Amino acid sequence: MESILFYCFATVAVGTSFILVSMRNIARALFLFFVVLFAMAGLYVFALADFVALTQILIYVGGVLVLLLFAFMLSNKELLNQLQAGTSHFFALPVWQALTVALLFLGVLLYAALQFDRHEPQWIAAAREAGTVITPTDRTVQHLGIHLMTRYLLPFEVISVLLMMALMGAAHLARKGGQT
Amino acid sequence: MITLTHFLVVSACIFAAGMYAVLARRNAIMVLVGIELIINAAILNLVAFGRYDSTHYGGQVFAVFAIVLAAAGVAVALAIILNVYQHYKTINPEDIRDLKEK
Repeated sequence: MESILFYCFATVAVGTSFILVSMRNIARALFLFFVVLFAMAGLYVFALADFVALTQILIYVGGVLVLLLFAFMLSNKELLNQLQAGTSHFFALPVWQALTVALLFLGVLLYAALQFDRHEPQWIAAAREAGTVITPTDRTVQHLGIHLMTRYLLPFEVISVLLMMALMGAAHLARKGGQT
Repeated sequence: MITLTHFLVVSACIFAAGMYAVLARRNAIMVLVGIELIINAAILNLVAFGRYDSTHYGGQVFAVFAIVLAAAGVAVALAIILNVYQHYKTINPEDIRDLKEK
């Protein structure tokens, strides 16, 4: 039962992401991105990370996707003239080269993933022997909160400062754009 | 029981899709979506490996940090994209050639 659900979520995520990147209409692609993000949140639950899954839904689906749709609507002119083929290829490679690079990456990663069982890291085997594996009955949110406030306090503060810098920078950039 | 290999294969496929979007698409917003797909694949790996670390919860904590960083990055990138659109009237990365105003 568990593995059937996992395969469903995995198929939805992988298939939708492949359709997404090959789609010409950006609005439809963005709504497919929504589906991919939900399926990825489901996959996080299978890795016993329910808090990360909820954060994914709150931040990505609630924030990032709305921002992307907003930017897409503000630059809507692209929808009309995106069918014109670009003449110069400075940044974006032609499609078949990009496809080759992506497939080569996929091949290398799949090879590494399928070899993984034979070369399992020692710390995973040690954790399995010592029994320090997260089980479905663990209260992960409570542990996560405690660790966030004790062991990972410094990264947490650094991230909060960086987030404030990013938001101020974004607001500054948007304001300067209005003046010029 | 779902093994680590399953997660690794799924995240490899999603990484490849994101890579293709970054390289091939001619729209800055779709390039950004490709970057988000790559970050999501990385987060899936973090979370899958973090299952074997119940003493420190390193994987899950850093997965949350990565999500927050990606959100901050998207906010800045979209501000830049909108500025570029106002200036050049296009968000095709190929058409944006000069850094300085003429």
